[in-house]
Amino acid sequence: MASFIQLLVSGLATGAIYALIAVGFTLLWQTSQTINFAQGEFVMLPAFFILAAMNLGAPFWLAALIGIAVSIFILGLIFKIVIVDPMLRHGVLPLVISTIALSLFLKEVAKDFYSSQAQPFPALVPSTDIHVFGAVVSTQSLAVLAVAIAAVVALHLLLNKTRLGRCMQATAQNPTLARILGIPVRRMVLYTFLINGALVAIASILISPIYLAKFTNGETLGMAAFLAAIIGGFNQVRGAILGGIILGILDNLSAAYISSQYRGAFPLLILVGVILLRPQGLLGRIEERTV
Amino acid sequence: MNRVGIIGIAIAAVSAAALPFFLKPFGIYLISMWVVLTIAAIGLNLTLGYAGQVSLAQGAFVGIGAYSVALLTQAGWPYPAAFICAGLLCFGIGWILGYPALRVQHHYLAFVTLAFTTLVFLVLRNEEWLTHGIYGINGIVRPTLFGWSTNGARAYYFFSLGTLTVLAAGTWWMLRSPWGRAFIALRENPIRALSLGLDTRRYTLMAFAIGSMLGGLSGALYAPLVQFIEPNSFTLGLSFNLLLMVIVGGSGKFFGPFLGALIAVLLPEWMRITEGYYLIIYAALIMVMMAFCPYGVLGMLERALKAVGVRRDPPAPALQAEGTGL
Repeated sequence: MASFIQLLVSGLATGAIYALIAVGFTLLWQTSQTINFAQGEFVMLPAFFILAAMNLGAPFWLAALIGIAVSIFILGLIFKIVIVDPMLRHGVLPLVISTIALSLFLKEVAKDFYSSQAQPFPALVPSTDIHVFGAVVSTQSLAVLAVAIAAVVALHLLLNKTRLGRCMQATAQNPTLARILGIPVRRMVLYTFLINGALVAIASILISPIYLAKFTNGETLGMAAFLAAIIGGFNQVRGAILGGIILGILDNLSAAYISSQYRGAFPLLILVGVILLRPQGLLGRIEERTV
Repeated sequence: MNRVGIIGIAIAAVSAAALPFFLKPFGIYLISMWVVLTIAAIGLNLTLGYAGQVSLAQGAFVGIGAYSVALLTQAGWPYPAAFICAGLLCFGIGWILGYPALRVQHHYLAFVTLAFTTLVFLVLRNEEWLTHGIYGINGIVRPTLFGWSTNGARAYYFFSLGTLTVLAAGTWWMLRSPWGRAFIALRENPIRALSLGLDTRRYTLMAFAIGSMLGGLSGALYAPLVQFIEPNSFTLGLSFNLLLMVIVGGSGKFFGPFLGALIAVLLPEWMRITEGYYLIIYAALIMVMMAFCPYGVLGMLERALKAVGVRRDPPAPALQAEGTGL
């Protein structure tokens, strides 16, 4: 039981990070039909921004802020203007190909211009263990969980409680109608890209102390984001959160109790099951197919 | 088919036959690799370009084909039997993989096939009793057919080229038959195709099965070419690469995969001078191309030809509607 609680907490922590990445992923899909195959690399990269800032002498908290800002600028604004905007008129598939190429591009850039070696990354809090009901829980897991929950709650409040957030939701649900109602649709779409830039930077800060900053990190993280988004529901923010948490817990529990060799397979089996039985995802709405 | 196209194909055929006599062994290895990957890309072009089903599983089928041939020939089977068996196995698995495609489309299908590729990789890596896991399979022998040993680099190239010619001709014939037209109908407007009485279920499965079979046969040639296979060769990266080949060459065009595979095999070699930055340049080129010309290199050539006003034989209306071009 003690080890179960331990696995559950660390699973929740990883799951919360997956959820952050998946939320950004679904936001882009909802507002601009962008399937970002480079989302994993988007999480890998901000860690290097932060390390670069620290190499220039900035303390960690300042470097983290710089990292988030740079990430919002490059992975949000520049990504939208340079990659997504010219592609939208061509439809979904060319954009998918382009983001696949982008993921390769970012990976190679990080490798060639920073380092191919895994880089140690400072943790948010000093690592000590707390004993709860006989289980050993690390403060790191708890800190990760706290930051991730804070980010998700902030996003939820922004989307549901502010005028801006409701405009963004309207844009996602029906762009034409939103435009008629006087909502600046293009600016709303841009905001989701900026939010995604911030979310991946936060996820990067949370995950890099655990995985170390390495140029290949994006592969598993990107996969986790897709899986979480599809399992939870592609067109719902809460779906992505649920999907991420299910995935994180499942990953830890299946590795411990069933087979560590096939730990990568269980999420995939769930994915196939969800797609075949409930293609819109656990919490998703059914999207009408156009003729 | 216009005059420019026929001349182009003739030049390509002659150079494909003559090239190995001018190349060093590594050059012959590269063009052999081009031949092998072209077969897989033709298969994916059938699934993606003609039938419009996005698949990220082609790399896995190359892997299944390669492992089948390696294991069967080491168990004493003659190569031709192993080759056919690899094709049939992939046909069957491809047929089953087609079932999700009946329920979901586009990006969902991309993720189902992506999951399949990862599962195949895990099985290849973990089932050591069968696949030797990460150690891979060594010493795969090249076949001797009717007393003709294909052990030499040049001989194996011609053997692969012959196989490619037969498979490509078969695909060409199939695309001209009612079947091929049904595939295109599936891509252009599945609901209309259904209302015209096409069994879209069967054709969707067929598109997957035949495309996967070509992937498997490509793998069956791949294993004896490199003579050492390991799970890492057949990850998602290979599937992505094959997808890029089809798109870069020109998806839905018969000669697109030939060109796409050529670019994907040769470009890294030409870019050796850029020392390790070639993947960055390759990725950047693809992004630029997708932004300005998502129809691939062939689409670009076609437009250029039209712009300079090369006289074309008036194509039959049906061919024009297919958008196969060249």
